[in-house]
Amino acid sequence: MDKVKGIADKTFNKTSFLVPLVAIILGLLCGAIAMLAGGFDPILAYQSLLKKLFGSPYDMGEAIRAITPLLFTGTAVAFAFRTGLFNIGVEGQFMMGMTGATVIGITLDLPWYLHAPLAIIVGALCGGLWAALTGYLKAVRGVNEVISSIMLNWVALYLSNYIIRAFFVAKGQQKSDPIQESALVSIGWLSDAMDHARMHWGTVIALLGIGVFYIILWRTKQGYELRAVGQSPDAALYAGINVNRTIVKSMFISGLFAGLAGVFETLGVFGYQTMLAAPWGYGFDGIAVALLGGNTPIGVLLGAILFGGLSYGSAGMSFGAGVPPELVRIVIGSIIFFIASHGIVKFFIKPFLGRRADKRKEAI
Amino acid sequence: MKQSAAAVTLKGITKRFPGLVANDSIDFELKKGEIHALLGENGAGKSTLMNILFGLYQPDEGEIWVNGNKTVIEGAGKAIDLGIGMVHQHFKLVQPFTVAENIVLGNEPRKFGTFVNYKQANDKVRSISERYALKVDPQVRIKDITVGMQQRVEILKTLYRGAEILIFDEPTAVLTVQEIEELIGILRNLAAEGKSIILITHKLKEVMALADSVTVIRRGKVVRTVTTKETNEQQLAELMVGRDVNFQAVKTKKEPGELIVSVDNLTMKGEENKLVLNGVAFDIRAGEILGIAGVDGNGQSELVQAITGMRKASGGSVKLHGKEMINKTPRQMSVAGVSHIPEDRHKHGMVLDFTLSENMVLDTYFDPQFGKNGFIDYKAIDTLANQLVTEFDVRSSGIQAKARSLSGGNQQKAIIARELWKNPSLLIAVQPTRGLDIGAIEYVHKRLIEARDAGKAILLVSFELDELYALSDRIAVMYEGKIMGYADADQRDDKQLGLMMAGNSAAKQPTKGGR
Repeated sequence: MDKVKGIADKTFNKTSFLVPLVAIILGLLCGAIAMLAGGFDPILAYQSLLKKLFGSPYDMGEAIRAITPLLFTGTAVAFAFRTGLFNIGVEGQFMMGMTGATVIGITLDLPWYLHAPLAIIVGALCGGLWAALTGYLKAVRGVNEVISSIMLNWVALYLSNYIIRAFFVAKGQQKSDPIQESALVSIGWLSDAMDHARMHWGTVIALLGIGVFYIILWRTKQGYELRAVGQSPDAALYAGINVNRTIVKSMFISGLFAGLAGVFETLGVFGYQTMLAAPWGYGFDGIAVALLGGNTPIGVLLGAILFGGLSYGSAGMSFGAGVPPELVRIVIGSIIFFIASHGIVKFFIKPFLGRRADKRKEAI
Repeated sequence: MKQSAAAVTLKGITKRFPGLVANDSIDFELKKGEIHALLGENGAGKSTLMNILFGLYQPDEGEIWVNGNKTVIEGAGKAIDLGIGMVHQHFKLVQPFTVAENIVLGNEPRKFGTFVNYKQANDKVRSISERYALKVDPQVRIKDITVGMQQRVEILKTLYRGAEILIFDEPTAVLTVQEIEELIGILRNLAAEGKSIILITHKLKEVMALADSVTVIRRGKVVRTVTTKETNEQQLAELMVGRDVNFQAVKTKKEPGELIVSVDNLTMKGEENKLVLNGVAFDIRAGEILGIAGVDGNGQSELVQAITGMRKASGGSVKLHGKEMINKTPRQMSVAGVSHIPEDRHKHGMVLDFTLSENMVLDTYFDPQFGKNGFIDYKAIDTLANQLVTEFDVRSSGIQAKARSLSGGNQQKAIIARELWKNPSLLIAVQPTRGLDIGAIEYVHKRLIEARDAGKAILLVSFELDELYALSDRIAVMYEGKIMGYADADQRDDKQLGLMMAGNSAAKQPTKGGR
C-alpha cells in the first residue's frame, strides 16, 4: 500500500492534478463561448459529442481506435521530455514506422506468427533510428533537436510517399497495395463483437508501452542515467555518465514508441498505406497529450483518452448540433493554452486553495 | 515626532512564516553615515529582515522609521523613493546591455520624450562613478566585465536612483581576495560621503575590517548590538553560533605515507589554443593535504577537470598508484578511487530535482549492490541514504526530499558524505566551504582532516587563505596555469604568498613533491 502511495506521490501531487483538470474545464468553456458566438447550442453540442462516444459499441470501439496512436505518441514525447529533449519529430518517426511496417507487410511471405512480429519490430526500429538520427546530430554536432526533428518530419513524409509511389502503389490509386493477411494484427472476434469497429492488438501494446515508460525511467539504471542527463547534463557528466550516448539512446527509445504508433495504424487499422499531402497530426497531438499529462505515465494515459475521445466525438457534434467538427480543435487548443499558462489556471484555483489553507491554519 | 540622527530604526519587527518565526521582535538602528553589519548564520533571519526593510515582505508586527518618520513600505518602489537601495547577492543585470544601459534601465533619460538619450546616460553614469571612485566604463557590456565590476554596476544602480541607505546582501560571497579589498575601499568611501550602509554577512573578518557596529542575530532574535571596537572575532562567533567555536581545525603532524597520485607536465589548451594548464607537476602522498592557492581563473578548475577526466588534457601524465590515468573518463577515474567535491555543487555536485536519496548514489548507482540485471533497487539506495544522512548529520525533511530544498550547508554535507563513502584514495575538494556558515565550515574541515588522518591523499583548491593554512600540509601556488612555487604551511606569510599569486616566482623555487 505504501509502495502504491509512493508511486502516486511521485507521479502526482495536488497541483499537478488540479491544474489539468481546471484547464480542461476552462477549455470546454472557451469552446462553449465560441459556439455561442457562432449561434450554436453548446449544451446540445457537448451532449451529441458524448452520445457519439458512448452511443453504440461501434463508436466506443472506434474511439478506442482513435485513442491508441495518441497513447504511443504521447508516451514518445513524454519520454523524451523526461530526459531533457523536446522530440517534436514524433510525426516523422510515425511516418517511418508506418512505412517500415508496410514494406515488410507487403513484400514478405511468412507465417503470421513471424510476419506480424517482424513487421512490428522493423517498423518500430525505423521510427527509433529516425529519431536516433536527431539525437546523433544533437550529441555530435550540437544541432538543436527541435530544428532537426521538424525538418526530418518533412523528409520522412516525402520519403514515405516516394517509397509507396515507386514500389508499392496500387494501380490507379493514391495508396499502396494491401498488406498481406499474415501481417495484420486486427482482433477479429472483438471487432465482430463491436459492430466491426477496427479493433487491433496495438491498443494492448500501447498500454503495455506506458508501463514500460514507467519501468525504464524509474526502475532501471538506464532510466536513472536518462533522467540525470535530462535534469542536469553537467551533474551527469560529473557522475561519469556518457551524456552524448544517453541523448542518442533517449531519442531512439522515444522514436520506438512513435514508430509503433505508425505500425499499428498500418497493420491494425487500414491494411494499406496512403500517400499523404500533409502529416497525420498524431505526432503533434502527442505533444499536447504529454503536456496535459505532465509527462507522467498516468497523465499520458488520461490525456490520450481525453484528446482521442474529443477528436472522435467531434463528428457527433456536427451531426447532432450542426457544429463544425473543427470546433473541437478550439477546445483542445484552449486546454493546451491553459496548461501552458498555468499561472492563469492557478489564479482561478487560488481562492479555493487559499480558503483551505486558512482552514488548516485555524485547525492548528 | 522626530527622531535624531538615525537613518533607519526598526522597532519590534516580527515576521512569521508557517511553522517558523523568522524575525522575533527585532530592534535595529542604523545611524547616518555608519556601516552597520547584520551578522548571523544562514537562516538566522537576516535576509527576511532586510526584505522587510526593502518592502518585499510586510512585517506582522512592529514599526519602521526612516529618517525620523514612521513609514509603511508597501513595495520596492516605495523603498527606492525613500532612498533605500539594495545590492543583491545574485546580480540582476541584463548581460548583453552596456553598463550605462543597465544602470538607467527603468528610469532612462529621454530625448523628445520617447528616445533614450544614451549620451546623457553615459555622462550621468560617468559622473556618479567618478564621484564615488567606482572606476567603471559606462560603455562596455556586462558580459565582458568581471564579477567584481558587475557588483560595482549594481552599486551604481542604487546610487543613480538616489539611494542614501544601501543594503549589501553577502557582497563578498562571489568576489576574489583582491576584489574584496577593493570593495572594502568602496564601502568606506560611500560611508565617508554620508551614505548609511547595512552589510548582511556571516563572515567575521569582514565585519571586523569594515563595520562600525554590528548586530548579531540568532534564530530570528537580536542577540546583541555592539561596536566593533568593543568586540573581537571569537566573541562574535560565539554570539552568532551560540556556543564555543573552534576556529583552528585541530591537525596533528603526520608523516605522509605511500605515493598516491603523481601529476607531471600536465597541459591543457583552452579557447584560441591558449594554454590554460602549462606543465603542472606535483605529488600527493597518503595522509597528506596539498593545498592549491591562487587567484580564481589561473587554471585551478582546469587542473581538477583534467584529473577527474571531465575535460581532456592535451598532454602530460596523471598517475594513480603508479598507473597512467591521463584522459580516462570520469567514470574510470571515479572507479579507480578518485572522489571529487566539486566547486559548483548546484551545477555538478547534485541533480537538484532528484531526491536526496537518489543523489547519494550519483556516481555509484551502477554498483551491483544497488540492483542487478539493469534494474535499480531503490530500497538499497534508501538504506544507504538513511545511514549517510544520520552519520553526516544532513538535515532535510527526509531522504525523499528534493535536493533543491536543502540548505547549502546540508547539500555540501550530503556531497561530502557521498564522496567519502566511496572510500577513495584521492579526494579532490574544490572550495569545499564556499557559501557555508561557521558551524558548517567547522564540520567540513573536521571531516577533511579525518579523511587525511585515515590515509587519504587530498587535493584542496581554495581561495580562502585561512582555510588553506588551517588544512594543508603543503601549499602550492598556481598562476596562469603553472605552479609558481610552494609556501610553507606552518609559517604563515601572506605577503610572500600574495607575491606568488600575482606571478612573482622569485619568492621560492618549486620543489616538486619533496618537503
